[in-house]
Amino acid sequence: MKKPQLLFWFIIAITIFSIIIVLPKINNINFQFFLKPLIGERGISFRKGLDLEGGTSITLLANMSNILKDKQSAALESAKTVIERRVNIFGVSEPVIQTANVKDEYRIIVEIPGVTDVNQAISLIGTTAKLEFRDVSSASPSALITYESTKPTGLTGADLESAEASFDQNTGQPVVLFSVNSNSQDKFFETTEKLKGKQMAICLDQQCFSAPTVQQAIRDNGQITGGFTTAQAKELATQLNAGALPVPLSVLEQKTIGPTLGSESLAKSLIAGFLGFITIVVFMSVLYGRLGVLASLALLLYTLFVLAIFKISTLTPYGITLTLSGIAGFILSIGMAVDANILIFERMKEEKRQGKRREVVVELGFSRAWTSIRDSNVSTLITSLILYQFGSGMIRGFALVLAIGVLVSMFSAIVVTRTFLRMVYR
Amino acid sequence: MDIIGKKYLYFIISLVIIIPGIISLLLFGLKLSIDFTGGSRITLSYPNKVSNQEIKDVKETLNLEKIKTSTVETSNKLVIIRTEPLSQKQHGQLVNGFSKRSKDIKWEQFETIGPTIGKETTENAIKAVILASILIVLYIAWSFRKVPKPASSFRFGVCAIIALIHDILVVVGVFSLLGHFFGVEVDSLFVTALLTVIGFSVHDTIVVFDRIRENLRRLNGISFSKIVNESILQTMSRSLNTSLTVVLVLVALLLFGGESIRWFVVVLLIGIISGTYSSIFNASPLLVVWHYSGLLTKRVKYVY
Repeated sequence: MKKPQLLFWFIIAITIFSIIIVLPKINNINFQFFLKPLIGERGISFRKGLDLEGGTSITLLANMSNILKDKQSAALESAKTVIERRVNIFGVSEPVIQTANVKDEYRIIVEIPGVTDVNQAISLIGTTAKLEFRDVSSASPSALITYESTKPTGLTGADLESAEASFDQNTGQPVVLFSVNSNSQDKFFETTEKLKGKQMAICLDQQCFSAPTVQQAIRDNGQITGGFTTAQAKELATQLNAGALPVPLSVLEQKTIGPTLGSESLAKSLIAGFLGFITIVVFMSVLYGRLGVLASLALLLYTLFVLAIFKISTLTPYGITLTLSGIAGFILSIGMAVDANILIFERMKEEKRQGKRREVVVELGFSRAWTSIRDSNVSTLITSLILYQFGSGMIRGFALVLAIGVLVSMFSAIVVTRTFLRMVYR
Repeated sequence: MDIIGKKYLYFIISLVIIIPGIISLLLFGLKLSIDFTGGSRITLSYPNKVSNQEIKDVKETLNLEKIKTSTVETSNKLVIIRTEPLSQKQHGQLVNGFSKRSKDIKWEQFETIGPTIGKETTENAIKAVILASILIVLYIAWSFRKVPKPASSFRFGVCAIIALIHDILVVVGVFSLLGHFFGVEVDSLFVTALLTVIGFSVHDTIVVFDRIRENLRRLNGISFSKIVNESILQTMSRSLNTSLTVVLVLVALLLFGGESIRWFVVVLLIGIISGTYSSIFNASPLLVVWHYSGLLTKRVKYVY
């Protein structure tokens, strides 16, 4: 027999770790303080889906008809970057922007928690605002600069990497700093070299709003000075950041969920989940007595482990988002965890009836039940894998949670319950 | 208890439950939600219980904006409207239209799903079900490969899938009837629930099959049908206890889980009860029927 004590302490250790992870902030005491060097000040929390938090989800279709085949994925990626910048203007905490490739279609999925004005959101992210840098040299110096009086230089917002409002180190004047993306640096240098000492107009959607003078040729980084107020500098930076979409987008699908509906659903699911859990504990204890109490304890740890995994996962790029269907998947996996315990206990009862010794009964119960636990859980894993592959959004969340749940439930039944039993029957 | 002896009775019970559903499916089909067909769904919330006058107002507003509307339903303080896919402009007009009627109307939920996405969801759902079934047959065939002759691991896989199709038909049939008589819609959550039922059904069947596999190895010289019957009885209390636990949790979800997952839970409830039934009374008895019909044809060949 392996050393149950060692495993027992191991279980205790990961239990304590999980409790610390899962605990929310109480009276401003942060229980995850020891993780600070790893994750900084932001702390960790569950990531809630739009159906629980409220918000807007938009699926956009990129129209690639004017873009060469081999440039299409690059165009999609840069469209995604542009949308990210635009969404950041909302100032919401965790927008999710993903690209997807379905058959021959390129899509961008945007999820903005907390924002429920879908029209505003679509206008902001979907407009193909075109930002241009234009040559002013042909316009008469005194006249007001209009779009018509300027000539294109070939430089657009798509050539910019990013922009930010700042202050000039010498004069203290508000300025806008920008950087040119690596592909466009040569082009930018050539054009600005030609325009040195002259004005270059910055126009958004055929409206020119600023015409700074080019003081030197620009390759990678530039600064726009021009007697701005701080607010104006910020606005210009935002507009430069928003840039132009490289491809026209149209809306395929949008969903908006009000915040009240979301929190109501969350509260109800939590209550239902809690009641379901109590039901299982009572049921198991009545059916299997002491064994049932042990299994309930294992089940409690199981729940704790899964919640800890959900929370930790948000630190990685593969963060798990809690949605209604995800909660359903979680509750189902609790059912399967219970099943593993029931299988083992029923088996132990049978072996006991044949008059075997207590320690033998425990070991036989586990080893004989193992094949059916393995086969049934592998088939569930197959199903969740397929779901993850074919499903979109909601179904994917469900599949991911179910798969994690099944894996942890096998661990819980085989390692946790068994170790407890060995400790008790020693 | 002799389950194998009464197997045809249990098959008939299954058919009695499935056939009305299939007839309804052929006659009425399923009531598909906008997740499959494409369209818009608007949920408005009112401060108080929605009155008939307010529903009339909603319909009038929709008519004024010339929006093709398929249904307007109420549920306590909520009004749920299903329409053709709305454009951004139409949506804006509608927001204005409703706010003119009353300032207290809130847009709780607004979804628009393009027809392409709808078609894709349907295709993916069908693909997922078929692919999952094939992989499960293959897995069972592989996992049961050491089953002693003349039983064949392939038959175990196929019988598990027949039990699974039984459960899908029960659920889909019931929802076809619910859709026709009570307007219950089938959406993408339904597909999720159906796939869960598939997972559970196979899970349940495998537990019984696992015991048959074990007993086949241990008990030599006892007839196949006796071994199967014995295995079903040995696993019966586990099957019932597990299903009962899951059913209890689902009942808790049904009572307290809120509107948005109600039908999801109903699918799971029906599917899991059906799954337990089919794993005990269909899958294993089918194995016996197939076993003996196989032996018969062999004997016939042997004689000639």
